[in-house]
Amino acid sequence: MSVIAAIRPDDVNFPLFLHVLGAMLLVGMLFAVATAVLISWRGESDAAALTRFGLRTLLLGVLPAYVLMRIGAEWTYAAADYPDEFDPAWIGIGYITADAGVVLILISIILSAIGLRKLRSGGGLGLGRAVGIISLLLLVAYLVAVWAMAAKPD
Amino acid sequence: MALYDWLLFLHVLSAVALVGALAVFWALVLATRPAAPLLSQSAAAGIVKPTNILVIAGTVGVLVFGIWLAIDHDDYQVWDGWILGSLILWAISGWLGDRSGKAFTRAMQPEHAAARRPGLIYHTASSVAVFAILVMMIWKPGA
Repeated sequence: MSVIAAIRPDDVNFPLFLHVLGAMLLVGMLFAVATAVLISWRGESDAAALTRFGLRTLLLGVLPAYVLMRIGAEWTYAAADYPDEFDPAWIGIGYITADAGVVLILISIILSAIGLRKLRSGGGLGLGRAVGIISLLLLVAYLVAVWAMAAKPD
Repeated sequence: MALYDWLLFLHVLSAVALVGALAVFWALVLATRPAAPLLSQSAAAGIVKPTNILVIAGTVGVLVFGIWLAIDHDDYQVWDGWILGSLILWAISGWLGDRSGKAFTRAMQPEHAAARRPGLIYHTASSVAVFAILVMMIWKPGA
């Protein structure tokens, strides 16, 4: 099955490029969110600004990167035209992390929107921390997905 | 897992770290723009430190595991055109990234705020070079 996955028609290159680029940007944006929130958690004087940066990055960076990654994934799968019986573990891991991830991203978006509003009145740090923890969980999940996509376990 | 699978995973993971770190730097560039700064220079510096580790690990990792992959895999040679081209772009992007980091560090001092502009130009050029490497890795021209 790895051989089938390794041989790819030229039609797959562009959607695969979008998928890979989206995944890379997604990991980077999640890293930015988690880092900003963790630093603010240490009681820095800029805690509110760091939390605001983290929450805005989630809204403006994580969501578009996820959409790019997910559209690229579906387009790549369709363009690769795998046989019907082709159902390896690495594609299953990809779908699980992507589909479970979107639930957590949607929860984070709601928390971020509320958190950004509360930050204006001096609150919102707790919601920021919740978003930071979710971002860390997503980072771990997507690192597993990177392993599955690269090593392609059957 | 075979050695090739591990090398490919570590190579891709390094590439994710490199591109991800460049994206974080772009977010910081936007968040510290003088017209409407979202972050103070000191707050941004706190995020820069771990991101620097990420970008260095990614930059070194893609090279080491990439060359190792080319040596390990019979279908690829280090002197293949698309690999040589990527190596040249890697060196250029690393040099530009280093210049960008130095310019932005200098721009953190109010009296050297003008250094932000060359920093932005270097960072843009470095990002374009890495983008071109990614294109070469996917399309493998000449392979």
